[in-house]
Amino acid sequence: MATLNQLVIGASIGAVLLLIALGLTFTFGQMGVINMAHGEFIMAGAYTAYLLQPLVGSQSVLVALPIAFGVAGLLGLILERLAIRHFYGRPLDTLLLTWGISLILQQVARDIFGAPNVQVRAPGWLTGGLDLGGVRLPYNRIFIMLLAVGCVLAIWVYLTRLKHGRRMRAVMQNRQLAAASGVATERVDQLTFFIGSGLAGVAGVALTLIGPVGPTLGTNYIVDAFLVVVAGGLGQLRGAVIAAFALGILNSFVEFWVDNGASFAKVVVFAVIIGFLQLRPQGMFVVRTRALS
Amino acid sequence: MLAAAAAVLLATGGCAKDPTAASGAGGGDTIKVGILHSLSGTMAISEVTVRDAELLAIEEINAAGGLLGKQIEPVVEDGASDWPTFAEKAQKLISADRVATVFGGWTSASRKAMLPVFERNKALLWYPVQYEGLESSPYIFYTGATTNQQIVPGLDYLKQQGAKSLFLVGSDYVFPRTANKIIKAYAAANGMTILGEEYTPLGHTEYSTVVNKLQQAQPDAVFNTLNGDSNVAFFKQLRSSGITAELMPTVSVSVAEEEVVGIGPENVAGHLVAWNYYQTTTGARNDAFVKAFKAKYGTTKVTSDPMEAGYNAVHLWAAAVRKAGTVEVEAVKKAAGGITLEAPEGTVIIDGENQHVYKTARIGLVQPDGQIKEVWNSGQPIKPDPYLKGYPWATGLS
Amino acid sequence: MSAAVDVPGKGAGAARRWRLAGPALFTGAAVLLLIAPAVLSPFRLDLLGKYLCFAIVAVGIGLAWGRGGMLTLGQGVFFGLGGYAMGMHLKLREAGPGGLPDFMVWSGVESLPALWRPFANPVFALAMVVLLPVTVAVLLGLLVFRQRVRGAYFAVLSQALAAAFVILLVGQQGLTGGTNGLTNFQTFFGLDLYQPGDKRILYLVVAGVLGVVFLVAWQLARSRFGQLLVAVRDGEDRVRFLGYDPAVVKTIAFAVSAGMAGIAGALFVPMVGLLSPANLGIVASLELLIGVAVGGRFSLAGAVGGALLVNYAKTIFSEQSADNWVYLQGAMFVVVMLWAPRGLAGVFTDVRAALGHRWRPRPAPAATRPTDATPAADPSATDPPPAGAQREEVRA
Repeated sequence: MATLNQLVIGASIGAVLLLIALGLTFTFGQMGVINMAHGEFIMAGAYTAYLLQPLVGSQSVLVALPIAFGVAGLLGLILERLAIRHFYGRPLDTLLLTWGISLILQQVARDIFGAPNVQVRAPGWLTGGLDLGGVRLPYNRIFIMLLAVGCVLAIWVYLTRLKHGRRMRAVMQNRQLAAASGVATERVDQLTFFIGSGLAGVAGVALTLIGPVGPTLGTNYIVDAFLVVVAGGLGQLRGAVIAAFALGILNSFVEFWVDNGASFAKVVVFAVIIGFLQLRPQGMFVVRTRALS
Repeated sequence: MLAAAAAVLLATGGCAKDPTAASGAGGGDTIKVGILHSLSGTMAISEVTVRDAELLAIEEINAAGGLLGKQIEPVVEDGASDWPTFAEKAQKLISADRVATVFGGWTSASRKAMLPVFERNKALLWYPVQYEGLESSPYIFYTGATTNQQIVPGLDYLKQQGAKSLFLVGSDYVFPRTANKIIKAYAAANGMTILGEEYTPLGHTEYSTVVNKLQQAQPDAVFNTLNGDSNVAFFKQLRSSGITAELMPTVSVSVAEEEVVGIGPENVAGHLVAWNYYQTTTGARNDAFVKAFKAKYGTTKVTSDPMEAGYNAVHLWAAAVRKAGTVEVEAVKKAAGGITLEAPEGTVIIDGENQHVYKTARIGLVQPDGQIKEVWNSGQPIKPDPYLKGYPWATGLS
Repeated sequence: MSAAVDVPGKGAGAARRWRLAGPALFTGAAVLLLIAPAVLSPFRLDLLGKYLCFAIVAVGIGLAWGRGGMLTLGQGVFFGLGGYAMGMHLKLREAGPGGLPDFMVWSGVESLPALWRPFANPVFALAMVVLLPVTVAVLLGLLVFRQRVRGAYFAVLSQALAAAFVILLVGQQGLTGGTNGLTNFQTFFGLDLYQPGDKRILYLVVAGVLGVVFLVAWQLARSRFGQLLVAVRDGEDRVRFLGYDPAVVKTIAFAVSAGMAGIAGALFVPMVGLLSPANLGIVASLELLIGVAVGGRFSLAGAVGGALLVNYAKTIFSEQSADNWVYLQGAMFVVVMLWAPRGLAGVFTDVRAALGHRWRPRPAPAATRPTDATPAADPSATDPPPAGAQREEVRA
């Protein structure tokens, strides 16, 4: 019973990991930008839900999802236009730039909303849980899982079925060729960054259901998010999905079977990822090309 | 490359200029005091409001004519949630600003980092947070609770309520580990069983596995020493797993009014907390404190135990200075013993021997409106006993 | 430094000027550091000593990142390994009755753990200061570089390493002091750490070590090995075709930089008087790196200057405005990365070039082009992004 329970818990941890990492599969995976401010975009999403609360009451979480997508996406777009566009081709430099920006955004949040955590009330229909033969799955976890699945589906449709998405893939796989074929690569860059950042905002809203909402919210999640993308393979949607759930389940089992296992589980996850990259240095899935490096 | 050298030059040259700019604080017409809390980084969530309370106390003293005929001038520094920074800024306040005393710190780690700085410089630190005990530095005054004023009363209350089994959940740092050592010794002596002991990294936000372990173990109560952000995640996830306070009550020692706001009162209502002060504590002194705090910082703000302990620290120091007639450290230390203050929490008295404070222990129940209702108190201030020498079951702990 | 030596076709005058500029600069910096104790208050001297420790790390990062193209976000780990090796020894020297360090007493440890015993020996401890980080770096380097993990992968992996290391340290409170770390150091091989006179000696030791480390790195960078390292950075596969093993080259550079970080950590402990996991986590590692970026990663002197400048700025900003210093710090990083991507040393180069000087600084051709460093490290290197080339003028 406990095992089944942990499997379910692992899946729900995986869904959280997936949500926070999805945006990175665009900005980091597709564009190669190491955006340390991704965590602060998550935070912006969470605060969006907080701000909407007085306006729309307890349904703010639901209303906030699209709005947070827009708010965080816009932040990302501004960042891309003002700064990151000067850095394409130098992904490692973006790391330092965006780290400076993440420091600033945290302090902005502290000055606007105060240093202590704030509360985002969950809608009534998200309290309680589903009993599955002794295993209780909270509704908010189910909601997060559905949200993650929904986002993945939407992204998949976008990337494979829509014109914009196909252009995005074309640019990311061979920028020069795409440009030569008449794709406006700059516009595609902007759109990619907007979507990637917007997904962070969506994750932020979801996180208000299970975690704290404060200025340092993003820092709690950023490293995990990058690890998921690296383990899954850059720019690989299915890689990220599998990696997120595998890491979530691994984490939940290690933590359950080892006494005082929360710290140990984190260390095990890191070790497994390093070991895994020994076997597959480019992550789970790789875009095969004939280029050498 | 030469620019780099220019940078070196700039850095050293800038350094060289600095002391002249900073000195000359000595005997002006104000008394400088240092305030050293984390204003940035992960600990800012807790420490910023303690600074606010300390500044309020200074303002009150200044408005009432100051101290020894001088105004108090606070010098605020940011510890940045980084322990070496606390040590650095403490040294800066002492040697560059020449402050009369410093109010500051929150985590045990920040206190341990500052301790040698104050001891070696023979300067004074007022530390305003409940802590794990087993320490008594001659250059630190501890105005928060030590273990026998918070954890032990919390355990007594659980025992009185008939709890036979406990599960310990804490963040992975010194306070929870030491607290749990004490709890285990107490349990062994009082016929309670410990069903589990879990530590999570600071800032951890994923508690479903811990909650599952709680469900498997089914303890009578949970003793919670989680810190900061983690409490929000823990209580939200505990609640959504269907575990209510009636099914499995928790006693928290780091959840005050401010944390309740962040967790959401509906998620933590009905759970127990152990402190020395609540915003609802009765008495004219507390009414005045709450009113003054809200007037200065906004009506939506709440007051909490660590804030009150910081506020008390300033007033206790001022009282000691008045008694000594000087801000000189050794004289203030000597004068401090026995000083009594009518604080928002009631009467507090400085114990001259270990430089802790007599405090009243209070067990509270979190209400759905976010306030905390007192359900038990110790009746009178408890003598601080940081090494638990007065408790036979605690021999061998220190 | 004396770059003209191996850059052919330079005017003799310029070459001579350049050859003299390096040593003159070094001497000038050395003199400044040596007179610092005479003009600075003990408190400011302590801070400068701390900055110098970070500068030692910066030299190593300059080598691994600037020359080798390895963006290491986990340098704090090596800093910490060296620091803990030293800290354990110092703790044992000052241990109270029973030979137990203070934190073990309050953590309930009853006898000295086996891991600690050998550190009572100063020779062993000093050896470990270097050997521990070097060993870890060699193991990690061989594992990772052989698999051709590089660029962003390597960066994220090394960051994860820092995160895991901190969690491990914090979790073993009885062995490591947990979050508190090791605190309350009073003496360092006979020096009283709270006596300004003794502290001055310690400062001079740190400054001396920085000088030695700098010279070693400089010699290494201009040796054949240094050229090979730059070649690996700029075209790993081409180097492989020439018959060298890039993994070995990179691992050596990585290990040297780790050793330097270890030495810096060991000196940091007595200089600051404590060492905690906060000094080696993700943020601390990033701060080490940012100094190098600000100063200019292609120049070892730039790396040193940047480390000093960034840490000095952090101190000054936070003293001037405890509430808003984070804005200033963040803005500084953004401004430097946006307008001076090769750091202050790069700005200097550009200024000199604009003034019409004919000589070029080191590192030779590659580094004078700003986009150079990363193509090999680019995760999506299959499609060399033209953006950098197109936007060359932005940074030029």
